[in-house]
Amino acid sequence: MSWIPAPVSRFFHRTSSPPYFYALADRFIPWLTVIFLVLLGAGLYGGLYLAPTDYQQGDSYRIIYIHVPAAWMSLFIYVLMAVMGGIALIWRMKLAEVMLISSAPIGAGFTFVALVTGSLWGKPMWGTWWVWDARLTSELILLFLYMGVISLYGAIEEKRAAARAVSILALVGVVNIPIIHYSVQWWNTLHQGPTVSKMDKPSIHVSMLVPLLLMAVAFKFYYLIAVLQAAKLELLKRETSSQWVKALLEKQA
Amino acid sequence: MSWESFLYMGGYAIYVWPAYGVTALVLVVNIVLPVLQRKQLLRELTIKQKRSQAR
Repeated sequence: MSWIPAPVSRFFHRTSSPPYFYALADRFIPWLTVIFLVLLGAGLYGGLYLAPTDYQQGDSYRIIYIHVPAAWMSLFIYVLMAVMGGIALIWRMKLAEVMLISSAPIGAGFTFVALVTGSLWGKPMWGTWWVWDARLTSELILLFLYMGVISLYGAIEEKRAAARAVSILALVGVVNIPIIHYSVQWWNTLHQGPTVSKMDKPSIHVSMLVPLLLMAVAFKFYYLIAVLQAAKLELLKRETSSQWVKALLEKQA
Repeated sequence: MSWESFLYMGGYAIYVWPAYGVTALVLVVNIVLPVLQRKQLLRELTIKQKRSQAR
């Protein structure tokens, strides 16, 4: 790739070598964990304790501090997976395949959290756990897409072939993402409209917004920790007989 | 604010706390599971390597 500056392509080559990535992950995880815990603590303290009670929804609105960040993550991780899928298909980069498949359970987890917390919020506010409107239905389809990625990868024995199939599925499924995002504007139903994303004038007070953003950033750091842990496992599984894994085992023994 | 009134969540405790509980559970599982599986795999690989060296 001649259009990519040499230092950048060197960085990618080095980072994408499994032993280097494995060691790098080990070095970063403790720091990421510290940052995550600080952000989480601040977000929870701000959201559950400092932020005032909502004048319409009472204290039930406090579910927003996990519901909205989890829903954002469910979209964000899927888009990342599609990007990884594109890289894996075009450049056959092993690490992109590993990152794609390592992200899937985390994305599925966040999607599940968004659905369950939404349901627990919907019951007292809407009077129902579930409604088949566009937002909830498209988010449920997202959960099925994540589960499809996980089971497709598990079903194909040869892992490089499995990664190709999964990359295609991740790319095709990405059409669902804008549908989820705009669903509350295109079809107006029980789900409330966007609170934060109209950046010119968010319809949320600062004392409520700050903890929400803290939680959102905390979840980003959580994702980094979780994806690195999963990627370490996936790399080991794929490269059991390689030289660097043997060296790793000897070092640990 | 007392602990009781904090836990009471203005009457919405049965919705708010399970929501936070489920979230915590999912987040913990997605970290702990790969870590345990990796440790298990490393143990198996170490045993295999020792066997092949003993021969």
